[in-house]
Amino acid sequence: MYNYYLTIVLAPLAAALIAGLAGKQIGRAGAHWVTILGVGTSCVLSLLVLKNMFWGGAGAENISVYTWAVTDGLRMEVGFLVDRLTALMMCVVTFVSLMVHIYTIGYMHDDPGYQRFFSYISLFTFSMLMLVMSNNFLQLFFGWEAVGLVSYLLIGFWFKKQTAMFANLKAFLVNRVGDFGFILGIAGVVMFTGSLDYATVFGQADAVAGQSIEVFSGTPWNAMTVICILLFIGAMGKSAQAPLHVWLPDSMEGPTPISALIHAATMVTAGIFMVARMSPLFELSTTALGFVIIIGAVTAFFMGLLGIVQNDIKRVVAYSTLSQLGYMTVALGASAYSAAIFHLMTHAFFKALLFLAAGSVIIAMHHEQDIRKMGGLKKYMPITYWTSLIGSLALIGFPGSSGFFSKDLLIEAVKESHWHDGASMGDQVTYWIAYLSVLLGVFVTALYSFRMFFLVFHGEERMDAETKSHLHETPAVVTVPLILLAIPSAIIGWFSADAVLFGGFFGDAIQVKSVHDALTGLNGTFWHGPAALVMHIYASPVFYLAALGVIAAWFLYLKRPDIPATIKDKFSGIYNLLDRKYYFDDLWIKGFAGVGRKLGQFLWEKGDQLIIDGILVNGTAKTVGRLAGVMRQIQTGYLYTYAFAMIIGLTALLGWLIWLR
Amino acid sequence: MIGLEHYLTLAAMLFVLSVAGIIINRRNLILLLMCVELMLLAVNFNFVAFSRYLGDETGQVFVFFILTVAAAEAAIGLAILVVLFRNRRSIAVKELNTLKG
Amino acid sequence: MLFQTILFYTFAAVMLGAALGVVFSRNPVHSVMLLVLTFFQAAMLWLLAEAEFLAIVLVLVYVGAVMVLFLFVVMMLDVNIEAAKRGISRLAVPGIAIALLMVVELMQLIWLRGKGEVGSGGFAPTPEGYSNTKALGSVLYTEHVFAFEMAAVILLLAIIAAITLTMRKRPGLKVQNIAEQVAVQAKDRVRIVKMDAEKKQ
Repeated sequence: MYNYYLTIVLAPLAAALIAGLAGKQIGRAGAHWVTILGVGTSCVLSLLVLKNMFWGGAGAENISVYTWAVTDGLRMEVGFLVDRLTALMMCVVTFVSLMVHIYTIGYMHDDPGYQRFFSYISLFTFSMLMLVMSNNFLQLFFGWEAVGLVSYLLIGFWFKKQTAMFANLKAFLVNRVGDFGFILGIAGVVMFTGSLDYATVFGQADAVAGQSIEVFSGTPWNAMTVICILLFIGAMGKSAQAPLHVWLPDSMEGPTPISALIHAATMVTAGIFMVARMSPLFELSTTALGFVIIIGAVTAFFMGLLGIVQNDIKRVVAYSTLSQLGYMTVALGASAYSAAIFHLMTHAFFKALLFLAAGSVIIAMHHEQDIRKMGGLKKYMPITYWTSLIGSLALIGFPGSSGFFSKDLLIEAVKESHWHDGASMGDQVTYWIAYLSVLLGVFVTALYSFRMFFLVFHGEERMDAETKSHLHETPAVVTVPLILLAIPSAIIGWFSADAVLFGGFFGDAIQVKSVHDALTGLNGTFWHGPAALVMHIYASPVFYLAALGVIAAWFLYLKRPDIPATIKDKFSGIYNLLDRKYYFDDLWIKGFAGVGRKLGQFLWEKGDQLIIDGILVNGTAKTVGRLAGVMRQIQTGYLYTYAFAMIIGLTALLGWLIWLR
Repeated sequence: MIGLEHYLTLAAMLFVLSVAGIIINRRNLILLLMCVELMLLAVNFNFVAFSRYLGDETGQVFVFFILTVAAAEAAIGLAILVVLFRNRRSIAVKELNTLKG
Repeated sequence: MLFQTILFYTFAAVMLGAALGVVFSRNPVHSVMLLVLTFFQAAMLWLLAEAEFLAIVLVLVYVGAVMVLFLFVVMMLDVNIEAAKRGISRLAVPGIAIALLMVVELMQLIWLRGKGEVGSGGFAPTPEGYSNTKALGSVLYTEHVFAFEMAAVILLLAIIAAITLTMRKRPGLKVQNIAEQVAVQAKDRVRIVKMDAEKKQ
């Protein structure tokens, strides 16, 4: 298997290097063939690995490939830890990546940076695989930063566009905030365990949990809590959790394929994956889990609300992504790691589908992204319409779709979580915040998803005549990935829910304390197999809320389009709050960045120009100059002046020798 | 009884006088040279006095050498002075201010 | 004893007076003459201190050679005495102040500090049949012979330097070239021309 793993990782890297460095020589077709070949190889091999794990009964493998450095007993290695969690992630990443590669052929057809784009997304696949397959924190961090870098490059892919430059800078800087926490967390791990290797660290987890650290002297904190919260801050940056979510909506400035690949399906889920991977650590700190669940709940609900007021088709999907990432985070906080990963997987499929469908619409609309200028596209773009419908239904959790299983079970797991059993007041508050957020989030999700769906595909045709005359279905390279993604979006839940959530699929990869374990409790009480769950939808409020959301969307945006405008006028305060995204951008840009800039300005003008340049550098020169001007008076050029100076010195020396010594 | 102190005092007065001469004088470069000679004489006084006081002839040998060097110095100094005068037609100290850069 | 004390004070007074004159005299010729006097008095004082050889050398070398040289230069240079008379230095007051401070320091050193350490009193008595010149010579040519040679070199250097400095070539000066004169031949100077005799007009 060793060769498999190496090939899986290196094939996309090799493809990226070929397409990136020799792009001119191999041409446009060469670039997409070589990268698709590389990623396709990875995808096939990943599926083989998963098959071996799942049906072949292969165990987890922990392989050290290369020792980069050993310093002071700290081994820095490149290595692979491939267990079922990793295998699942590898399949998701490579499959979605492959779809996006194919789709890109159509989407980027006329772009001058064609080869560069393929090189980047292949490089991204390599980085993401390094991240998920890592068996140590250093390589995890490498992958973490590498996907961040590629994300930066791809958001700013159209680097002549001012807004794209702003967006990629914003994404990079906001991620720095998260990464700062992340690297501090890794430093904490090394400090307490002296190792970067997962296995060693997890082995010592109990010992670490017993220790405390004084970040501020006098207030000892539990070491594990500090480490986990710091690591989670990294996840907040990468997985766009409030308040570090601000970069994700702006990242939609990048080409749509990467929105699907990086900012919906894979990279943003790295944080979720990381927390699941660190489950042996997070399980030991209830405080950290509480932090996780609150952040997730806030993100899930409030970011969903923002989706309702957005008019850019991609931004709606982006806020939907934020909201769904919040769901996953809530599941993590409820110790339902399997549910989070399961939702991550289904979400990867249907969100990539939605993004690619949005991209398809954008192609047809000649890069018009405003949903107010669309409408009635159903008859022009049937394939896009149906695949979008499948994606949207999966997103809102239509019974039987993949999203239905993952989201319903996720919500149920939160409901039954240990927070509910918690005795303290804080536990109860946490529980209700989390539970209500995910529950109400269902309604919100349905509302914004179908608002967009109806506005785009139904209703009157609001585009101009010029665009209308060119409307037609997009080519096969675009629609085939849509169909290929629609299939798992629709049905994968039927096959995998039981195995992934209840069959002990992840084995030792995810460790849950028995008192935290909510999912196992669901087995047999709530869960009697997929068909039974579909039959019993009427038992839970989730279905009704989703249905209500769809009906509301239909009523507000198809039946009575005048009502939203009225609401907007009546509740302009709330509308403004949502429209300005809770003023988070203002907080970051005008607040932190503004203060940072002012501070920089101050340091530049006062610190650098005034003190260093003005006083220290030029001031020294001026002082020397002035002093020399005075001293020059002494240098008369007359002999007797010099003689006099000598004699004064002589007298002084004599006086010192006689009287002072 | 005339002894060491008397000679030393005399030498000191002579020395200080020549110092004052160097500072005060701004008329004549030759005078500067003469003041230097006087200074050397004052130093020689000290050597002679100590030599006699300690009964050791080395001090007087030293005076001998100082006289030699002083003679050489006077010769060269005067030669420079002559050249200077030839070039500037003046040996007034206050007109010689080319020492500054 | 008393006689020697009187002599000492007399010579000292004359010497200091002469030195004052050297410094403050307005005429450089007077200055040089007074300097000669100063040296004479110094030589007298050295004689009193039984440093006879140096006293003689001082008179011979200084008065006989160096002072004459000074006088020679002073007289040779056409110094404008009237112009030189004008003005007293800006530094006169601080100069004199510094000089006085130095006097205080030196007096302090000689009369207060030195008392306990060196001891005072007369010079070491000379043994019977002591010759200052002989004693100096025996030290100078044995222990200090290298320094003596160096002194000779320095004097040579001074001679060469002085000559080099003052020698100059004047433009338009007519000098003989002896080598050329000696090497000259008849044919260089005389041209024999043959011509017919001419009639007497």
